[in-house]
Formats: sequence, structure tokens, C-alpha cells
Amino acid sequence: MSTATSEWVTPGTSKGLLSVITTHRYLLQRIVRKEMLVRYRGSVLGWIWSYMKPTVQFLVFWLALGVGLGRNGAIDGYPIYLLSGIVLVNFFSEAFGNATKSLPDNTNLVQKIYLPRELFPASSVLIAFVNFLPQVVVLLVVCVIFGWHPSLLSILAIICGIGIVGILATGLGLFFGAINVSFRDAQNFVDLILLVAMWGSPVLYQASVLDSAPRWIQIVYNLNPVTPAVELMHYGFWGGILPDPSVAVGFTWYTLIALASSLVIVVVGQLVFRKLEGRFAQDL
Amino acid sequence: MPKISRQLAAGMVNDESDLVIRVRNVSKTFVLRHTHTLKETFVAIFKRKTISSRFEALDDVSFDVRKGEGVAVLGYNGSGKSTLLKLVAGIFPPDTGGIAMRGRVAPLLEVGGGFHPDLTGRENVYLNGAILGMTQAEIQERYDSIVDFAEIPDFMDTEVKHYSSGMYVRLAFAVAIHVEHDILLADEVLSVGDERFQQKCFAKINELKASGKTIFMVSHALDTIQKYCERGILIHDHKIAFDGPIADAVAAMRAM
Repeated sequence: MSTATSEWVTPGTSKGLLSVITTHRYLLQRIVRKEMLVRYRGSVLGWIWSYMKPTVQFLVFWLALGVGLGRNGAIDGYPIYLLSGIVLVNFFSEAFGNATKSLPDNTNLVQKIYLPRELFPASSVLIAFVNFLPQVVVLLVVCVIFGWHPSLLSILAIICGIGIVGILATGLGLFFGAINVSFRDAQNFVDLILLVAMWGSPVLYQASVLDSAPRWIQIVYNLNPVTPAVELMHYGFWGGILPDPSVAVGFTWYTLIALASSLVIVVVGQLVFRKLEGRFAQDL
Repeated sequence: MPKISRQLAAGMVNDESDLVIRVRNVSKTFVLRHTHTLKETFVAIFKRKTISSRFEALDDVSFDVRKGEGVAVLGYNGSGKSTLLKLVAGIFPPDTGGIAMRGRVAPLLEVGGGFHPDLTGRENVYLNGAILGMTQAEIQERYDSIVDFAEIPDFMDTEVKHYSSGMYVRLAFAVAIHVEHDILLADEVLSVGDERFQQKCFAKINELKASGKTIFMVSHALDTIQKYCERGILIHDHKIAFDGPIADAVAAMRAM
């Protein structure tokens, strides 16, 4: 590139999230690799921990809720129902939680060099996704043990569920991550949201418990994008071991709404992020 | 105080075809917030305490830099010179005025800032190269040259936390200097390593300058800076106090 032909640019400007996934893809890849390399440094079992955690988490819930509270008899294939929801919410928690904290965690880079700052929340989501993959492996193993027979639709449902959560976490991460630079209250608030998310979607119970609730409560419940995403995971994994998987009325619509609202949240998150970005380097 | 000629580059330049940095009427005021949580903010408002104070860092600064120039920004601590470099690097935007750059910029703002102590030298070369904007192909192509420049071929598979401070800065500097660029922005980083390594850096930077690269740097090392730059911009009281040949700029600063 010679100076004579290149265009004038204003330093410190970029196309935001678009720049991150186009021109900065290699850096994104390197940052994810860095996290992978340092994650289990100094531990003997290394990556085995990534498989141990979901396995133990599943066993605890299964014993406490399934055996202890007698849910195993009430829901067919309860362990798979439980695990497919839990792993997705784990992914959401890690992606959203870490994206919110990503700018203070990278103070050094934010203050010393200009990079599209969306890079930091985006890489947090990507790292959470890579950490989520071993959990899917554990889930698949359990599914196969229970006699999984997936259809094309179940695979699509799984991809769609993971996609919604990934997009949603990116959007919320941009929004709360930008606010968190000036007000560290944001990360505590996000911890609360994540606590509620676990119970505000049908992870530890079935959505049918709301059948007798007023209509508007059911609608609000389903407008939470995490709810259809968890149900998609249920359909894909848990449905694959049931003789006759069924979905609730209006499920397809709620899925489309979840996808659309997650995309809207990304746009809003990006706009807020861009608005506050100029203050990052001095406020951190 | 001797008479300081105030020459805004903006007024001297007629032909714009070889300009690479354009800074026009740039001002920057920092707002230092004294509260960091919502509660503190509300309490402060309620008690009518100040929640922020203002600090003017730069006031109406304008200049141009031509292709191939070596420009040093001089000034005492707190004069606003580091702020100027950060504005040019895009780390934060100016409040008023505009900055435009042309060509690929290599920011050399803190040597090793992007290094991760638990990664090997090799991994850090790739990571830092990517942070500085290099592509995978560029890093691969220059890898041997980087290692060679840093003079630590036997330690590339050692974690950098085990490096001596000299090895660490040599490797970091080697990566940064190998970034393909048209404009090099540097902040006090050209005096790294021992004297022999500094000679090598000096030779490398002269080589870059000879090939038409532009250097824009901030430094306190008045003797060193004269080797790299032929033009000096002296910032005093947040304004440009002098802009001209480096020797005169250094003399003006020393006379203050």
C-alpha cells in the first residue's frame, strides 16, 4: 500500500463488529488460541477438566432434583432434558458475563493501541463457545447412551438454539460491556440477570408448569430469547430420544421472534458501544 | 525566555500531495470523574459535591506531517505531548478539530504491551504481530527475521515470563519494527536494550526512513531524538510553542 494512493482516514474509527469479523479475523483467532493455551496451564489433567465440570454438574442436578425430588419418574429421559438446557445456559452465562467484563480485563490494550474495541466482547463470546464444545460432547455421549435418533430438524434446532444464545450474548455483552467501563455496577447487575436466566427459562423444570398461568405471563416468558433457545436444545437432544417429540403451540413463532430480538439487541448494543467508545481509554 | 517562533505547519504547506498526517485545530479536555459507581454518583449529586473536574490537555493544535519526515514531539511532563500521540493513534477522539492519516500505521506505544507472560516467545510473536495488524502470511514470512533481530533463537519455545527484561523488550521491539507500515508512531520506546541493541534499532529505523517511512514520536531523551528526527514540535502549556528543525526545538525547550 503506498501513501500516494491510500485514502485519508480518521484514526480510531472502524466499522465496529463488522471490522472485527472481516479485517480482524486473524487477531480474533489468535486471541482465542491464547486463551486456550493458558486456560489449563500448570494443571495435570488439563482439558479433562472441561469434560469433568459438565459431567459433575449434571450428576449433582440429576441426583438432587431427579432422584432426591423424584423428577426422574415425572419426565422421560430427565437427565438429557436437564443437561441440554444446562449446557446452553452455561454458554450464555460465560459468554455474556465475560463479554461484560472484557474491557477492564484488557485495559492495557485499550489504552495503548487502537483496535476496534468490539473485538474484546466478541472474543469473549467466541472463547465461551469453544469452552462450550466439550460440554456438547458430554451431552452427545449421554444422548447416544440413551438411544439418540436425531432428524435433520433436530440438528437444525440445535444450531438455531446455539445461534440465538451466541447472538444474544454478543449484543448484551456489547451493551453492558460499554456501560461497565464507566460504571462497574454493570457486571454485578449482569450476575443478577444470569441468576434469573437460569430460572426464567425451562432449564430445571418444564415449561408446562406455566400452563395454568395467565396468558400474558406465558407470552412474556416466551419472549425471553433464552426460553425458545433452551426449548430448541430440548427438541434437538431430548426430543431425539423420545418416541414422539412434540413442541408447544406457537413455538416456531417464538423462535423467530427470539432470533429477531437477538439481532435487534446486537444492533442496539453496537450503537451504545459506539456512543461510549470514545471514553473507554480515559475511563478505564 | 528567548523569542520562540511559532510556525504552524498548516500555514506553511501548500502542496498537500505528500502529506500523511493532518492535525487541524485539535483540542482535548479530560473530564476526570471522581465517582465510579452509580451509588457514589447519586450520593455526590445529593451532597452537591463535584462529581468531576476538567483538565485541558491540548488547545487548538494544528500541524501537518509529510511522507518520510521524522517528527519528534517535545515538551515537559504534563504539557500534553503524550495526549497528542494518543489522539494521532486513535486511542481517544479529540473534542474539537480533526485528525486524518494516510497509509498503514504501526503503533509502537508500549513495547510488549500485548505480550502474555505464560505464552512462549513464538506464540507471542504471532499474537503481538496480529495485534499490531499483521496478517498470518506477513508474520510467517518475517518470523525468522524477527527472531534474528531479537537475537534469541534458542528461547523461542520458552515462556516469556522466564525471559530477562532485555530479552523481553528486544523481542517485543523486533516484532513491532517488522510491521509493514507507512507511519511509525512511537512513545519513548526507541531506547530499549543495551547500547549495541540501540545501535541496531537506530540502523533499522534509518533504513525505514530511507525507504520513505514516516516517523512520529514522543520522547524525553533529547539527545537520542535528534538522531531519528529532523523536525521537532514543542508543546508548552497545551499549545504548540515551536515547530521547526529539531536542533532549534531542543534548544527552545532547554531554554524554557
